Amino acid sequence: MSVVSAARSGLRSAAAALAATTGGSGERGPKRSRPARYSAAGLIARGASGRTWPRAWRELPLQRSYDVVIIGGGVHGLATAYYLATNHGITDVAVLDKSYLGSGGSGRNTAIIRSNYLTPEGIAFYDRSLQLYRTMAVDLNINVMFSQRGHLTLAHTDAALRTMRWRAEVNKLQGVDSRVIDPATIERLAPGLDVSSRARYPILGALYHPPGGIVRHDAVVWGYARGADRRGVELHQRTEVTDIVVEGGDGPDGKGPGGRVTGVRTNRGDIATPIVVNCTAGWATLVADMAGVELPISTRPLQAAVTEPVKVFLPTVVVSGSLHVYVSQTDRGELVFGASVDPYNNYSVRGSLEFTEELASHVLALMPGLSKMRLLRQWAGLCDMTPDYSPVMGFTPVGGFLCDVGWGTYGFKAGPVSGETMAECIATDQTPKLIAPFALSRFAAGRLVGEKGAAAVGH
Amino acid sequence: MLLVPCPHCGPRNATDLRYVGEAHPRPDPGTASIEEWRAYLYLERNPAGWLRETWYCRSGCRRYFTLERNTATNEFRQPALPGNKVGGRA
Ligand SMILES: Cc1cc2nc3c(=O)[nH]c(=O)nc-3n(C[C@H](O)[C@H](O)[C@H](O)COP(=O)(O)OP(=O)(O)OC[C@H]3O[C@@H](n4cnc5c(N)ncnc54)[C@H](O)[C@@H]3O)c2cc1C
Ligand SMILES: [Zn+2]
Repeated sequence: MSVVSAARSGLRSAAAALAATTGGSGERGPKRSRPARYSAAGLIARGASGRTWPRAWRELPLQRSYDVVIIGGGVHGLATAYYLATNHGITDVAVLDKSYLGSGGSGRNTAIIRSNYLTPEGIAFYDRSLQLYRTMAVDLNINVMFSQRGHLTLAHTDAALRTMRWRAEVNKLQGVDSRVIDPATIERLAPGLDVSSRARYPILGALYHPPGGIVRHDAVVWGYARGADRRGVELHQRTEVTDIVVEGGDGPDGKGPGGRVTGVRTNRGDIATPIVVNCTAGWATLVADMAGVELPISTRPLQAAVTEPVKVFLPTVVVSGSLHVYVSQTDRGELVFGASVDPYNNYSVRGSLEFTEELASHVLALMPGLSKMRLLRQWAGLCDMTPDYSPVMGFTPVGGFLCDVGWGTYGFKAGPVSGETMAECIATDQTPKLIAPFALSRFAAGRLVGEKGAAAVGH
Repeated sequence: MLLVPCPHCGPRNATDLRYVGEAHPRPDPGTASIEEWRAYLYLERNPAGWLRETWYCRSGCRRYFTLERNTATNEFRQPALPGNKVGGRA
């Protein structure tokens, strides 16, 4: 960081401190004397005294310039900001979101975490994320309810079983716990599944991944937001980026390959910055268009649904590729169902009756005992699908414009490792090894990282 | 439910059709460079608005046709000339 910007952020924090002690007004948040740590003792004390918790992060006026501007306040944008501040001491960072934090896929996903992918590149990457999830509750001082309850991918055909064996072997080679199990073992792990040979699609076996599980997605988002805020990052909600200013590029208005980013325009005014990071998932193309960068991405809605709560009976996550459905049970007892993306490109998040009907019939084919259960809610989120089911990460042909997109239906689990590697990418101006295979340039080079076999059913 | 106006069968439920994708003009395979060909294969315009796209009328007339749909509102409009052909997406 330059001396100028260091001095600038010093001045700014002095101004912010002054504003906080004088109470502040307008946009400024309430005074925050000492950041509250979350703890059981604190919970009891506050419960007894009726004292409320302070706000988890500040609301500040928008500055005219930052060292780094991150577009998108989902888990990817927030984790990138958190690791920039924590691992690299870069704190003059703003995260801008057109809506509220976690309003995109990060607040709509089914929260499944796993690393049993198909390619060596994918496995190494997602496994690092799983490790970060293991220590997250302590690192972020928030209960993210990470539960490594095991993950089963059912095979109903010989072809599917072959893919499971392939995945298990590649996983084992990378030190990831994955194995193929038989129907009797499946029945023990997931009671309620119809493992008989009478089923419409008999279960022949499954890929069992014990470290897989679920997490509380909102807590992960809030944890990164609070951690980033505490280290000096600014979080700006209801701040929509409407254009990216690029100079010297090949395209119209100086945008496009060969250009350099100098700032962004927002509904709250212009911001000067040398680095812009696109973390907008389903909206990724619209933001990349603003810089003149073309992406191999199609936006598709993914729907999910949840039932009324019942007594906990399903201890693992169950996925069926052939039936395009997956199920897990929350600690509260609700069954959470997901499926594959809608069959055509779309930017609207309206649910459809076809989805519910198909989902219900497939769930009942797997678990006939659920026929009396009622669905409580159904919703959708936008997914940024790539041709090879792997993300697009790192530098682009426009200088200072980085992407962390292409997260499709599987990107929540990747939040921590993406934040860590994108922060390193920005701080060192070099692409970390772990994400080099996911560069945008792989499409022109014809070096795709095919993960469809491990990621076609959304989760 | 999305009703797709097939130029031959009239409005049909989207589940009766297969979505082929954006209708990109296909470069000449004989003269296109590898990069041009890959850009055609992989890059998408993906607008939030009007998109020219190809559908296959799977359980109806079994023909391919091109339509324009607004991806934000799901309205269709007919760019269709009779017998219009696919962009031939792979
Ligand atoms: C139903 C469903 C189930 C899923 N299940 C799983 C799962 O089980 N496991 C898993 O790993 N993944 C799952 N996913 C995928 C996962 O949710 C996403 O890949 C992930 O949340 C993407 O996070 P993100 O931070 O990149 O984007 P998002 O959380 O989508 O955040 C993007 C943000 O960008 C903001 N934005 C957009 N445009 C602008 C602009 N111009 N200016 C300012 N802000 C802007 C949006 O408001 C949004 O908040 C699921 C997704 C869905 C929809
Ligand atoms: Zn037809």
